[in-house]
Amino acid sequence: METIVFSLLNGVIYGLLLFMLSSGLTLIFSMMGVLNFAHASFYMLGAYFAYSIAGVTNFWIALILAPVLVGLVGAAVEKWGLRSVHANGHVAELLFTFGLAYLIDEVVKIIWGRNAVDYRVPELLDFPMFELFGAQYPAYRVFILLVSVGMLAALWFILNRTRAGLIIQAALTHPHMVGHLGHNVPRIFMSVFGAGCALAGLAGVIGGNYLVTDPAMAVQMGPIVFVVVVVGGLGSLTGAFLAAMLLGLMQTFAVGIDASFADIFGWLGLSATSELGGITIASLAPMIPFLMLVLILMVRPRGLMGDREL
Amino acid sequence: MQSNSVQSYEHLAPSRAVKIRQRFVPFVVMAVVLLLIPFFDPSRTMYSLTAAMGINIVFALSYNMLLGRGGLLSFGHAVYFGLGGYAALHAMNAIDAGNSAFWSNYPVFMLPVVGFAIGALAGAVIGWPSCKRSGVPFAMISLGVAELVAAAGYMFGSIFGGEMGVTGDRMVGPQAFGLSMGPVEDVYWFIAFWTFVGTLGIYAFTRTPLGKMSEATRDNPERVQFVGYDPNRVRYLVFIFAGAFAGLAGGMSAVNYEIFTPESLSLVPSGLVLLMAYIGGIRYFTGPIMGAILLTYMQSMLSDYSEAWLLYLGLLFIAIVMYAPGGVAGMVFGLLEIFRHGGAREMLIRRVQQAVGVALAFTGLVILIEVAVRWSNGYGEVFEPFGLHLGIDTPLSWILILGFFGAGFVTLRLARNNEEGHA
Repeated sequence: METIVFSLLNGVIYGLLLFMLSSGLTLIFSMMGVLNFAHASFYMLGAYFAYSIAGVTNFWIALILAPVLVGLVGAAVEKWGLRSVHANGHVAELLFTFGLAYLIDEVVKIIWGRNAVDYRVPELLDFPMFELFGAQYPAYRVFILLVSVGMLAALWFILNRTRAGLIIQAALTHPHMVGHLGHNVPRIFMSVFGAGCALAGLAGVIGGNYLVTDPAMAVQMGPIVFVVVVVGGLGSLTGAFLAAMLLGLMQTFAVGIDASFADIFGWLGLSATSELGGITIASLAPMIPFLMLVLILMVRPRGLMGDREL
Repeated sequence: MQSNSVQSYEHLAPSRAVKIRQRFVPFVVMAVVLLLIPFFDPSRTMYSLTAAMGINIVFALSYNMLLGRGGLLSFGHAVYFGLGGYAALHAMNAIDAGNSAFWSNYPVFMLPVVGFAIGALAGAVIGWPSCKRSGVPFAMISLGVAELVAAAGYMFGSIFGGEMGVTGDRMVGPQAFGLSMGPVEDVYWFIAFWTFVGTLGIYAFTRTPLGKMSEATRDNPERVQFVGYDPNRVRYLVFIFAGAFAGLAGGMSAVNYEIFTPESLSLVPSGLVLLMAYIGGIRYFTGPIMGAILLTYMQSMLSDYSEAWLLYLGLLFIAIVMYAPGGVAGMVFGLLEIFRHGGAREMLIRRVQQAVGVALAFTGLVILIEVAVRWSNGYGEVFEPFGLHLGIDTPLSWILILGFFGAGFVTLRLARNNEEGHA
């Protein structure tokens, strides 16, 4: 019972972080067809910006300022980089962001060093919120939960209840028609790209001190974000949300399960001392996202809620 | 009306002279270069560098069978390289053990054949599900498969040797061509032979009907279907061959380094081979060869000069993607074209102008990066080219950086204005 409740809570938080990271990518991918390889690099930039800003001022200013800065960097990348590659097709765009991820990694290593930086949870939130089954639950996790849910609501409101959201939704499926109606489609693309990067940056700000802030964080997160987007389906934020929650919960629960293959398939004669039998479910946790990715692409290429095939 | 549609296409076929010049002479040149290298008495470092180049040439060419020729962007090509290499290493150990009659008579020289077979097998197994899709879904599947195989590599210690990897000894078993495979000179002949065979084999593949159909599938899969071919089947077959040649390169690597670790299956080497092929130029057969030579050289030489070599690599890659999609080969052949057609002096001048502009801006960038790297290390080291003292707080560094940037930018602007003036 104890493990289940804690896994549930942690899984939901991890899932919400994943969703915050991938919501921007889903928008960018559905609208522009660009699978942004550098998306997780913007997440890393968010964490590092927040670390630097929080060092000079405090966490709360960083919480606002860092995502804005990341968004501006993203918009600049779209305007001066991606846009000129666009003429060469989607593969060239994919490769451009692939190179960009390399570049951001190296620049981060030069500016902030190769080791993890000491980016901490703000003191104001550094206390146990409540006690469950004798274990304390940190307040910062609840804070992550609140920020994620707040962002989720804001995103939903902007996309579904405002004029800007209406135009963005239209540009998702009919960019040419939107252009004919007199909207500046390249500028919409740039703002969506910037906003998507800002969301990734926000995930970095609140996730960087919850997890670890080091130059490897982008490489670790990058492929998982793709999985969320692909599994969720093109053009569907709801799908991305479901996929993120599913992944977050599955991974957290798998880590908590101590059983090995021998325990499960023992009736087939698999012994615990054999190599295959010794593999535990917990050690399979990092593989789950990729298994899901491959399976979904083969069985249901449009993802859980996608409105068209990839 | 039928008489109009039936035409003689003979005059469209390349003449005998063109065939010899384009298909025969390059391979003779390659063979001669490979044969001549040892006569210049290279040092041990040069030998190991050429060995790495040979391996990477075959690997990058096999990758380009997918990306350049088949239009399939893969992020997991190192899987086949690694599996082929592991198979070759296990075969090497079987030769060493000498338990079976087959392996104890198998020369180490022929181990890349084992890599080839296992690479093909891996391609056939993994390609079956992944080749049902193309484009971005294919790229994503290859990414997922690469992560899965790399994770499995760390999990099954008896096959992949865990973190330590599997090691072997190449000086075992019967000798082929009188090569003991011990000294670097012997290994050179081994690498040279298989580089040539691999290159020739991949080129021969592009001349087969399947190779031609793979290009057709890349350009217009729908039309391929109308002609009566199944694009997925074409992709699948090409995928198997690409995996096989990657396995061949893995077998070469297994003999050369005598070690393979699960790291070699991961996304990092897969990304590197993508960079090699693309920087070299995926639309040209020789492109990946140039890319492999350039990147291997950068990897071993530049990494001695500068810690930031990965940053330079990323910059080079982005510059190629943005401004020269034809890659290095595209630039080389573009220049040759200008020289061949006389009267293109203006074109040449413009190219020179662009080159000067790029060189100026790049110099500024190098100073910026080198100054920043030394500051970042925090050992108090300072970038001192040509006796200059360029610290992070020296005004001269910033004057130089901005000056070079500005000069390069202005030169490029002028070149562009000239171009627009002529257009």
